[in-house]
Amino acid sequence: MYTHQMMELIKKVEATRPRRKGVDYPRMAPQERQEVLRNFHPDFIADGFRPLKVGVNKGDKVPRELADLIEARSRIANVSLNLEDPTYDVDVLVIGGGGAGAAAALSALGKGADVLLVTKLRFGDANTMMAQGGIQAADKANDSPEIHYLDVIGGGHFTNVPSLVRALVNDAPMVIKWLEELGTFFDKDEQGNMLTAHGGGTSRKRMHAARDYTGAEIMRTLRDEAFNKGIKVIEFCAAVELLLDTEGKAAGAILFNLETEEYLVARAKTVILALGGSGRLHFQGFPTTNHYGATADGLVMGYRAGAKLAFMDTIQYHPTGAAYPPQILGLLVTEKVRGLGATPLNINGEQFVHHLETRDVESAAIIRECSERKLGIPTPTGMVGVWLDCPLIDLIHGEGTIEKQLPAMLRQFARFDVDIRKVPMLIYPALHYQNGGLMIDENGATAIENLYVAGENSGGIHGRNRLMGNSLLDILVFGRRAGWHAGEKCKEVQLKQLSLDHVDNYHRELAQNGVDTAGRVSPMLLPRYTHREALQV
Amino acid sequence: MVQVEMVDIYIMGKKYVVPASLTIMDALEFAGYQLKRGCGCRAGFCGACATVYRIAGDYELKVGLACGTKVEQDMYLAQIPFFPAVKQVYDLETLAPSNTAIADYYPEIYRCIGCNSCTAVCPQDLKVMQYIAYAQRGDLARCADASFDCIMCGLCASRCPAHIVQYHVAILARRLYARYLLPQAPHLKLRVEEIREGKYDAPLEALMGKDIEELKVLYNSRDIE
Ligand SMILES: Cc1cc2nc3c(=O)[nH]c(=O)nc-3n(C[C@H](O)[C@H](O)[C@H](O)COP(=O)(O)OP(=O)(O)OC[C@H]3O[C@@H](n4cnc5c(N)ncnc54)[C@H](O)[C@@H]3O)c2cc1C
Ligand code: SF4
Ligand code: SF4
Ligand code: FES
Repeated sequence: MYTHQMMELIKKVEATRPRRKGVDYPRMAPQERQEVLRNFHPDFIADGFRPLKVGVNKGDKVPRELADLIEARSRIANVSLNLEDPTYDVDVLVIGGGGAGAAAALSALGKGADVLLVTKLRFGDANTMMAQGGIQAADKANDSPEIHYLDVIGGGHFTNVPSLVRALVNDAPMVIKWLEELGTFFDKDEQGNMLTAHGGGTSRKRMHAARDYTGAEIMRTLRDEAFNKGIKVIEFCAAVELLLDTEGKAAGAILFNLETEEYLVARAKTVILALGGSGRLHFQGFPTTNHYGATADGLVMGYRAGAKLAFMDTIQYHPTGAAYPPQILGLLVTEKVRGLGATPLNINGEQFVHHLETRDVESAAIIRECSERKLGIPTPTGMVGVWLDCPLIDLIHGEGTIEKQLPAMLRQFARFDVDIRKVPMLIYPALHYQNGGLMIDENGATAIENLYVAGENSGGIHGRNRLMGNSLLDILVFGRRAGWHAGEKCKEVQLKQLSLDHVDNYHRELAQNGVDTAGRVSPMLLPRYTHREALQV
Repeated sequence: MVQVEMVDIYIMGKKYVVPASLTIMDALEFAGYQLKRGCGCRAGFCGACATVYRIAGDYELKVGLACGTKVEQDMYLAQIPFFPAVKQVYDLETLAPSNTAIADYYPEIYRCIGCNSCTAVCPQDLKVMQYIAYAQRGDLARCADASFDCIMCGLCASRCPAHIVQYHVAILARRLYARYLLPQAPHLKLRVEEIREGKYDAPLEALMGKDIEELKVLYNSRDIE
């Protein structure tokens, strides 16, 4: 529910609405776009980043919060472990129970490997579950993998790794076919044709969806299939460090039972990291759309073992995260709301940016309005945001449109007594997606032998910017490729003695480079939000 | 300093004073818990955070998602982060979408006594009893459609006197329906064949070989549907 002061401000929105209805705000000129990005997009805030002092990417800039975790001591620094007596001994160890992990586990199993999947929360408590919009694939007659390739690489500002883009667009139709055969309930017409739509940056309508629950539908289907296939899954069991063998090849992981707080040794011939993103690090203090477990553990572990980071200086912010009510801070307000005509407004009820600029430009403009121009709307919890004038939607398209087209949004806000048919939402950009990650090749392999990475944990596919719908796609394309390769490769692996020397060496390197790690231990595993609200008031 | 309205809540019987504006999930954290179980997406999508509660003085047991339910004065609460439900194992490839396909695996659906408890508790406002009725009739299409928004939180099963695990019934219905009764996409089949035959290998190879300036020209001149 909005406060009295906020309701007063909403009157200004109502006053300007008739004048604004049907009037298109001008789009920014290329010059202004560059300017607003340079001055206000979080990627350009120099203070938000710092160069790493150790490791493969020494000297490269990453977000400060991530650098602090990378330059920290291992959780197992003072834990005694018997590496000779592993609790688990398998062919393929898959770490992370999101879409990438599930696809990898099923694919490795298909190669006849003995697979173990461990995950920090429940199987499926993951960003994959939250994706609403859709998944891209060029499978219509007027589309082709080539056209998809151009969209991906243009969207990524031509920085993407070409071989990864090729794998992505080439496998896309196969991934959709695979999902279809697994009984994924896609939106279709009576003939079975997929109902596809545009997404930001697509030149063909190739966004496949399962209503508002695309990620959830994919995730629950893969999870069900993993259970049917009898894949061993251990929940509430986080990986905290990779194990190498004496030849420096990946050979398992140290696991942490979140409940008994016991450390366990898992030996494996090949390892697949699929630990997802890092939204819960709240870079530069931003709220996030990500699930509770998105704490960059995969980046930290992989980096310590010697894998390389790519594009970790670029983060995707979604322009419309909920800023109020506080209960849904950071909740993703789907792009569809703006697609249907809702516009961002400042405290005077005036529009200040076209509602369909690209995500980065739209976000930067909202930040500019709230910071430099001081025209944001303050909330009682100390946040600032701008209005998103959703009642316009019903005015433009007719009453009942919001109810029909945005049922999930209507429900989410109604739970906290905000009727988005009548009053605007209050929004602010939210930390949404980690564009980069651990560098992989087209098989999901890293520079460390027998170590694979898939999903949001990996980097290179999207270059400096990912387009909506290509992430659900990449987790399955590379989840499957990594699974197949790891499932084959394990057959020829002769494991040597297990070793954690790389962790000791890393600690030594930290000391040699004068890094003060006092009080810093990683991976983070779980965010700590105790008394968060108290601090804000 | 803003005056914040506070309420007393009882987490598994222990009293804490928390701001009235919080969700149950935020209140648990405000009280000092670092959540391990019972917290996933924090946005109503994953079903991790099923919670049972009762307001002092009221006999009624209520349930809700911790991430989507506000605290109330004198709320007594506990989370149900795990529910030991039966999930039958099947091979979708060898099943047929027959009228009895669901009953073969979950015969207990016929023990439903029509109490409607499942529908009453569903945080997604699904007509759960109704979709079980569709399953009983072997109406896969309707069962799949009516259960679509299910987040598998387990609350319905926790209240079912007939020990039915509604959400596992529902996913079997959806998978059978989408696999066998919805027509397979013809354009998809075609495209997959083309890719397998290598139709796009050379064009993609050519694109990979282009430098940025060439790509920019192609990108900026592409036609948009
Ligand atoms: C709100 C939202 C909406 C989105 N919408 C779309 C969309 O419409 N289209 C699209 O293409 N993309 C979308 N995305 C992005 C996309 O959903 C994700 O990038 C993708 O699902 C990531 O999949 P993943 O398997 O790599 O990671 P996740 O699905 O996040 O899975 C990672 C798993 O690893 C586990 N884990 C983490 N740390 C550890 C550890 N130390 N040990 C063991 N396990 C661990 C986690 O608990 C989790 O289960 C959206 C993302 C969000 C947050
Ligand atoms: S049907 Fe059952 S499991 Fe699904 S959302 Fe409703 S209560 Fe939860
Ligand atoms: S709770 Fe169980 S018995 Fe009651 S209506 Fe629902 S399925 Fe039937
Ligand atoms: S935490 Fe996912 S539904 Fe509440």
